[in-house]
Amino acid sequence: MFRDIPQASPTAPAHPDHRAALKRPLYTRAISGVAGFSRRKPLGAIGGGILLILVLISLLAPVISPQDPYQIRGDSILAAPNETLWLGGDSLGRDVLSRLFYGGRISLYVGLVSIAVGITAGAFLGALSAYFGGKIDLVVQRFVDAFIAFPGIILGLAIMAVLGSSVNNIIFALVLVLAPSAIRTVRSQALAIKEMDYVLAARALGARDLRIVLRHIIPNCMAIFIILFTLNLGYAIVVEATLTFLGVGVPPDVPSWGGMLAEGGIAYIKDAPWLAIAPGIALSLAVFGVNLLGDALRDVLDPRLRGT
Amino acid sequence: MTTYIAQRLALFIPTLILASFLAFAIMRILPGDPAIAMLGGSEGSFTEEDLEAVREKLGTNRPLHLQYGSWIADLFTGDLNDSYFFRVPVADLMQDRFPVSTQLAVMALLISYAAAIPLGVLSAVKQDSWFDHAAKIFTIAGVALPTFWVGILVLFVLSNYFNWVPPLDYADFWENPAVNLQQMIFPAVALGYFNTAFAARLTRSTMLEVLHEDYIRTARSKGLKEAAVIGRHAVKNAFLPVVTIIGFQLGRLFGGAVVIEAIFVIPGVGTLLVESVLIRDYPVVQAVILMIALIVLALNLIVDLLYGWLNPRIRYA
Repeated sequence: MFRDIPQASPTAPAHPDHRAALKRPLYTRAISGVAGFSRRKPLGAIGGGILLILVLISLLAPVISPQDPYQIRGDSILAAPNETLWLGGDSLGRDVLSRLFYGGRISLYVGLVSIAVGITAGAFLGALSAYFGGKIDLVVQRFVDAFIAFPGIILGLAIMAVLGSSVNNIIFALVLVLAPSAIRTVRSQALAIKEMDYVLAARALGARDLRIVLRHIIPNCMAIFIILFTLNLGYAIVVEATLTFLGVGVPPDVPSWGGMLAEGGIAYIKDAPWLAIAPGIALSLAVFGVNLLGDALRDVLDPRLRGT
Repeated sequence: MTTYIAQRLALFIPTLILASFLAFAIMRILPGDPAIAMLGGSEGSFTEEDLEAVREKLGTNRPLHLQYGSWIADLFTGDLNDSYFFRVPVADLMQDRFPVSTQLAVMALLISYAAAIPLGVLSAVKQDSWFDHAAKIFTIAGVALPTFWVGILVLFVLSNYFNWVPPLDYADFWENPAVNLQQMIFPAVALGYFNTAFAARLTRSTMLEVLHEDYIRTARSKGLKEAAVIGRHAVKNAFLPVVTIIGFQLGRLFGGAVVIEAIFVIPGVGTLLVESVLIRDYPVVQAVILMIALIVLALNLIVDLLYGWLNPRIRYA
């Protein structure tokens, strides 16, 4: 998959093997791409592996969960891990392991959807801002400055205060938190692309502004888009869990990692530490995996961004 | 330098105005009526007349531009309106709460830099040694572990192994500094862990770059002791990028303080914000988020100016 991203300069002669490779079916190319990536960036591959496992667990939650995550058991309140409830029971006697599996769905769903919408919208606006420049750019960038002045969690809290807690509202809040930095990053990339000869050529051929932005500028920002996507996914997951932990994110009856930490994290830290440890490890593992993958993709796709 | 300062200020003021507009707009343009929230939140439990009366009292039935105008006018006179819930001026609440959070954030920042700079410098000087690898694990974990999870872990270790529980009464720093520092040190460490990791990584990478510069080779070849080469030549130059992120980090610390204060029961602005959000106390939320944005913007401005002073090249860029 990584071969599809334009990297080489257009003047470089196409390698004969590369042409042959393009004729091979997509799945074999994908496999060799992934294998090559794993060899170059073993840590990134581990991160990707962790993410893949979490996605599989979330998708298969109804199949692999040993118990019903909503079922309240009077005899298992704060039960220590045992044969039936492998990770113990929570304050209502619900199975912690099953809630952990279902909680992964919320984290990944909210994270992926908000990133997909937020980063895409941000990239589009960033490209437009760079392409049109002048007053439009000035206004958009001042708005970005103003948005960035609010720390993510603070902005999220304020938005959730108005909208009330629900999964869709938290996605909306995250989009507003994530988009501004994407606008800023894509804009700086698009400013350079805008000056390229092929953009001039497209304009000379009579292409309209929207076509140039959509067909020439945005596709060439793809590397940075992928990097932003993975590096921000961990952040989105943490902000969602934090807001839920503070009581304004995902409603409390829905199993989510932040909610599980809020429920068991502080009140039962002495009597039933597994209530906080299980979702905390799951959350950290998810962020750790996404960060490893994001760092590796950044090094492979755009080494200049190292250290950002 | 004067042009540079003028440019920075010219960007600062419109951004500030826009930030105030955003703080207002989030509360008033997004769907959600504070009057309904004040009356209990559910439809049917009050009449249309009640609703109108509350809107009239809050002034939310006036056109938006008038509401914004009077809010800004009030801001200039230092009047941040009254809290719906606490029934006291928001300014009084902020006066009580902001110093606490500021202390927490500054302590976290100091702790994180005190740890991060030696960590980063030593990792770079002893690149690929066991120390470097240990530091790498420490920093990778620091960046991956969410702040509130670190807070819970610290609380877990302290309460299970040291029988420490967050004190119920908060001691003011000026009245009882010893007790205050005892209360604040662990939350500050938990809050600062992410920054420690982030700054240590940055220090390491800039140090590695600087160590390959010609002037370091010159310093060594003229017979300077290694300690002098590192201390006097390398660290000073490696410090520049680290300075620029202080503003960004303090902003982030204010965000993280919200959740750390909730965990350690510290009566700072973070707990005030969360309480106000949960009971929809709009004037408080609006004032707190504007104040935080103002602090972040002011810090960024100071860092920009400081950077221009430290690094003359940037002024002409």
